[in-house]
Amino acid sequence: MLSIQNLHVSIEGNKILKGIDLEVKEGEIHALMGPNGSGKSTLAAILAGRDIFELTEGKVSYLGKDLLEMSPEERAREGIFLGFQYPVEIPGVSMVNFMKTAVNEQRKHRGLAPLSASDFLKFMRDRKDMVEFDSQLTNRSVNEGFSGGEKKKNEIFQMAMLDPRLSILDETDSGLDIDALRIVANGVNKLKRPDNATIVITHYQRLLDYIIPDFVHVLYDGKIVKSSGKELAMELEEKGYDWIKKEYANNGI
Amino acid sequence: MDNFIEAPDVRQAFTENYRRNLSVINKHSARLLNERRDEAFELFTRLGIPGKKSENYKYTDAGSLFLKPIGLNMGPNAIHVDIHEIFKCDVPELDTHMVLMVNGFYFGPEPALKEVEGKVLIGSLAAAAREYPELVARHYTSYAKPGTDGLVALNTAFAQDGLFLYIPDGVALLKPIQVINLSIWEKDLMVQSRNLFLAGKNSRAKLVVCDHTLAPWRFLNNTVTEVYVDRGGIFDMVKMQNENNSSQHFSHTYALQEGTSSMSFNTISLHGGLIRNNFYALLNGEHAENHTYGLYLSDRKQHIDNYSFIDHANPHCTSNQLFKGVLDDEATGAFTGKILVRKDAQKTLAYQANNNILLTDQARMNSKPQLEIYADDVKCSHGSTVGQLDPDAMFYLRSRGIETREARLMLMYAFADDVISHIPVGPLRERIEMLVNKRLRGELSRCNACQISSGKMEC
Repeated sequence: MLSIQNLHVSIEGNKILKGIDLEVKEGEIHALMGPNGSGKSTLAAILAGRDIFELTEGKVSYLGKDLLEMSPEERAREGIFLGFQYPVEIPGVSMVNFMKTAVNEQRKHRGLAPLSASDFLKFMRDRKDMVEFDSQLTNRSVNEGFSGGEKKKNEIFQMAMLDPRLSILDETDSGLDIDALRIVANGVNKLKRPDNATIVITHYQRLLDYIIPDFVHVLYDGKIVKSSGKELAMELEEKGYDWIKKEYANNGI
Repeated sequence: MDNFIEAPDVRQAFTENYRRNLSVINKHSARLLNERRDEAFELFTRLGIPGKKSENYKYTDAGSLFLKPIGLNMGPNAIHVDIHEIFKCDVPELDTHMVLMVNGFYFGPEPALKEVEGKVLIGSLAAAAREYPELVARHYTSYAKPGTDGLVALNTAFAQDGLFLYIPDGVALLKPIQVINLSIWEKDLMVQSRNLFLAGKNSRAKLVVCDHTLAPWRFLNNTVTEVYVDRGGIFDMVKMQNENNSSQHFSHTYALQEGTSSMSFNTISLHGGLIRNNFYALLNGEHAENHTYGLYLSDRKQHIDNYSFIDHANPHCTSNQLFKGVLDDEATGAFTGKILVRKDAQKTLAYQANNNILLTDQARMNSKPQLEIYADDVKCSHGSTVGQLDPDAMFYLRSRGIETREARLMLMYAFADDVISHIPVGPLRERIEMLVNKRLRGELSRCNACQISSGKMEC
C-alpha cells in the first residue's frame, strides 16, 4: 500500500530524514517510535503533503501512485489521513461545515452524490457515537477553545468521518489522560479493517497497550535504526532509547 | 443636466456652477436648506476639496477625482424603468418599511413624508424641512459642521434632498427601515444627498441602507448623514455598499449621542471603484455606547478608505471599533481610527481593531490608529494586523481533502464573519452572509443587482 524508498528530506538546509525505507501493507499497524527530534513528525507531514520541506532524494508510492506528486487534498481524497500532533484552531469555520465540505469533496472524488443535510447529520451522529466524541463540540468552530484532549479526540472523530485507507497518527496520545487515551485507541481499533492500515507515531509504549502494532520501528537521527515486532516497544519502555543510540553509534555509520 | 464641473480649477468651476444654478437648486429643495447654502459655499471656497496634503485624506486624494468633468444632479429625475416593479421584495422574512432614493432625491413610496407604526416619520428631508421646520432646524448642520471638511461644506451648499427619519421619544420601531439608494442616469453624474436621522429618548430603531449604481457610468456620490440619538435611545444602522467599478463614493456620517444612548453602525463594502467612509461620533453624555464596524472586500483596482473618529467627551462611555478587510489583486485600502478621550472622560472604555488580509503582493493596506488620551483612568486598546491567510489552517483544511480554492474561501469567510455577526437584524444578517459568500466566490454580479431586496434585479 505504502512504499517509502531511501527518502531524504531537509528543511532550510538541515537534513532531517536521511534515507527512510518503510513498507506498509493493507491490514497492518505500524508503530513509529523514537526520541525527540528524530524526524517522526517530519515524516508524517511529508506523507500528508506539507510543502515546507525540500525532498532531496527518494520515492514514495501509495497504492501504485507517486505520492510526492500529489497535492495534500488529492492525498486526502485518495484515503490518506494525518492525525495532527497540534490540531489547528480555526475560528469562524464551524465543525459541521468543515466536515460536510470534506466528506462531500471525498464523495465527489469517488463519483458519489453529495450527502443531503439530513443524511449528513445522521452520518455525523453515528460517527460521533462510534468514537465517543462529545456532541456539543461539533456545534463550535474547528478546535476553537477545545481542551488538549478534545482536540485529539476531534482528530479521531475526523478520521471516523473520512474513513481513510492509511491513517498516520502523529503523537495522538501525547497529553491525554488514561480515559481519553482509551477512547482514542478504541476509535482506531473500531476503524481497523483488513484493507486499511495505520501508522502510529508515539513516544511511549502506553498507547501500544491498547493499539497492538504488527511492527515497531525506531527512528533515530533521520533513519529507521531498528524494526521488530511489538516486543520492541516493551523493551524500549524498560530500557529507554540510550541502548539504541549506543548501538547506532557503535555501528559507526 | 448640462451643469458640468470642468477642470482645472475645481473651486472656480463649482463657484460658477453654484451662481448659475442657485435658483434651480433652491427650487427643488426647502427654505431651511436653502438658507444655509451661501454660508456653506463660502466655507467651501475657503476649504476646497481635500487633497493629498490634508492629513485626514492622506490615502484618498479627493482633490484629483474632482478634476474630471462631471454633470451635477439638480433635481428629481424622470426614470424610465418601473423601479417599484423591480424592487418587489422576494425575501418574505425580511419584513421592512422600504423606501427608495434615486440620485439623492426621495422617490417613493408616496407621500414624500409619511407616518409608519404610528408616529415614526420617514421620507424626504426637503418635505420634512417644509412641514416641520423647527424640528429640522434644531439639528440640520449641527453635527456635520460645514467648516470641518470641504466636502461637507460642498454638500451643504448643493444638497437638495435626502432621507429624513424621526423616531419620537419612547417609541420602539418594530420593523427595520430599508433604504434603497440608487444612482441611475444616462451618463456620468455627481450626486450630493443629505440625510437626517433623529432618534428620540428611549427610542429604538434599526435602519438598513443599500447603495447601488444601476448604470455603468461614473457616479460621484458625496453624501452627508447626520444622526442624533437622544438619552437612552438605541439606534442601529447597517450600510451596504455595492456599486460599480467606476463609482466614487464619499460618505460622511456624523453622530451625536446623548448620555445612556447606544448606536451601532455596520458598513459592509462589497463593491465600489473608490469608497471613502467617514464616521464621527460625539459621545455627549455619560454612559453612552458606540459600536462602529466595517467589512470591506476589494479587488481589481478598487480603493477603500475608512476613517473613524470617536470623541469621548464624557466619563463612563464605551466605544468599540472593528474593521476587517480582504484585499485582492491590486486593491488598495486605508484605515484611520481616531479615539479622543477628553480630560474629564474618566472610566472610558475604548477599543479598536483593524485586521486585514492581503491576497496578493500587489494589494496594499495602510492602517493608522490615532489615540489621544487626556484622562488618566481609562481603558483603551488598539490593534492592527496586515497579513495573509494562515498557512497552518490552510494545510489543515486541505489535509482533509478540501480544495485550495474552497479552503481559502472558508478562511476568508470565517475572517469576515466576525463583523457580519454584529448585524442586528437576523434575516438581513443571513442575507448579507450569503452576499459576502458570493462576493468572495466572485459570483456577485459585477453590475449592481440589489439582492438585499430582490434577487430579480439585474441590469
